[in-house]
Amino acid sequence: MKNYLLSVYQPDGPTPAPDVLGPIVEALGALNAEMKAAGAWVFDGGLFPPETATVVKVKDGEVGMTDGPYVEGKEHLGGFTIVRAPDLDAALEWGRKLAAATTLPIEVRPFR
Amino acid sequence: MSIERVFAAEYGRAVAVLVRVFGDIDIAEEAVQEAFATAVRKWPETGTPPSPAGWIITTARNAAVDRLRRESARQDKHAQAALLRAEDEPVEEGPVRDDRLRLIFTCCHPALAPAARVALTLRLLGGLATPEIARAFLVPEKTMAQRIVRAKAKIRDAGIPYRVPRDADLPDRLRAVLAVLYLIFTEGHTASSGDALVRDDLCAEAIRLGRVLAELMPDEPEVWGLLALMLLVHSRRDARTTASGDLVLLADQDRSRWDAALVAEGQAIVRRCLGWRRPGPYQIQAAINAVHSDPPTDWGQIVQLYDQLLHFTPTPVVALHRAVAVTEVSGPSAALKIVDELDLPSYHVFHVVRADLLRRLGRTEEAADAYRRAAELTDNATEKAFLRRQRESVELKHPKE
Repeated sequence: MKNYLLSVYQPDGPTPAPDVLGPIVEALGALNAEMKAAGAWVFDGGLFPPETATVVKVKDGEVGMTDGPYVEGKEHLGGFTIVRAPDLDAALEWGRKLAAATTLPIEVRPFR
Repeated sequence: MSIERVFAAEYGRAVAVLVRVFGDIDIAEEAVQEAFATAVRKWPETGTPPSPAGWIITTARNAAVDRLRRESARQDKHAQAALLRAEDEPVEEGPVRDDRLRLIFTCCHPALAPAARVALTLRLLGGLATPEIARAFLVPEKTMAQRIVRAKAKIRDAGIPYRVPRDADLPDRLRAVLAVLYLIFTEGHTASSGDALVRDDLCAEAIRLGRVLAELMPDEPEVWGLLALMLLVHSRRDARTTASGDLVLLADQDRSRWDAALVAEGQAIVRRCLGWRRPGPYQIQAAINAVHSDPPTDWGQIVQLYDQLLHFTPTPVVALHRAVAVTEVSGPSAALKIVDELDLPSYHVFHVVRADLLRRLGRTEEAADAYRRAAELTDNATEKAFLRRQRESVELKHPKE
């Protein structure tokens, strides 16, 4: 078994209206329950928007901080799920379900 | 049997078996290469063994085990793990399928970039060396080497499984496998650039892999359809160019130069496909080529087949080919009406077809322009020369004939 990170990429901008978000939250809840029942769920979490991020860097022993995300772009990491799966095909199947639930692109990546 | 013939026939099988046993592509490849190197030394003295394939696989297996023992002595965890699997070889579970089939599906996994799928298939199943693959696809050797290394690393690190997909996923995944074989074939048939029109070895390799696939999946009509399509197209290879290397159109080809055995085999497969009544795009394209191989061409039937093909693949390129057949049935102005509605400005064949229709309609100036545009859009020297001659021939004629 391997662990895979399923990252949810979402466009920058305001949170969608409740009538859009409601069914998504519901679908995500159902998917998490399915993952737990299958023994595939390891961890999941949603993130606050990228404006809440702070980047910490150490240079010559000095700690510097900057407000905002490390990477600026039109999309950002909105949340993630970690699953345990026997192989990539199984992980991609969870990825497909997560993409369907969130309506967003999902990056599937193996842990080292 | 010469070592070269054994290599061509058995390399892919040997690698596939070793990948299953050791679970590692690099170990499998190196061991099989070592076994062939040993064969080159020993066989001239001892004679070719009764079962060359068995000899190669056994020798490669021993070489891999020796290597892993040496490495595990140096505390290499990865090698120890692989050795464990080699000694504790699991019994085949589920329906027994050929190892090569699993390796083909692994090489053509949709998580790999299409170019990497082609390279890996040629390398692991065809036994082509990296420089040969790089030459065939006109990329620097270093680029191709990186592509192969990266693909193998992704298979290992991301855990791309070494298996034939479940029945539910099979149609989608098989499509990717067929697309890779056809891409290898078309690259050989009309090289996207370079001087020679045909790279015979690539066509032959695609057909060989197509035969392997058909042998391994005999119940999939589209696998047979692709094989028939490749056989029929390849049967005309000698007639496609003149002695000096110029392109000859299908209608002008010397049919005595077609490979009659390939035509017969391809047509027999097409007939068998018709009996299955499970049509698909490769079978239909094979059927179109079967009709072309049986002159005089029944153009009405070709138009009908293109109508069917459009149903499966409703693309402007298919519509363009259908228009060529429409020319023969309903005349050039009906065909031009279809062609002018297609949006294919950067596809050189579009301009070739348009040029030919305009020429037939006596619109020679527009035809010359279209030939010029077509020539600009291809990088194949043989095609360029052909298009230049076509342009010159319409320019020579009086604008109104």
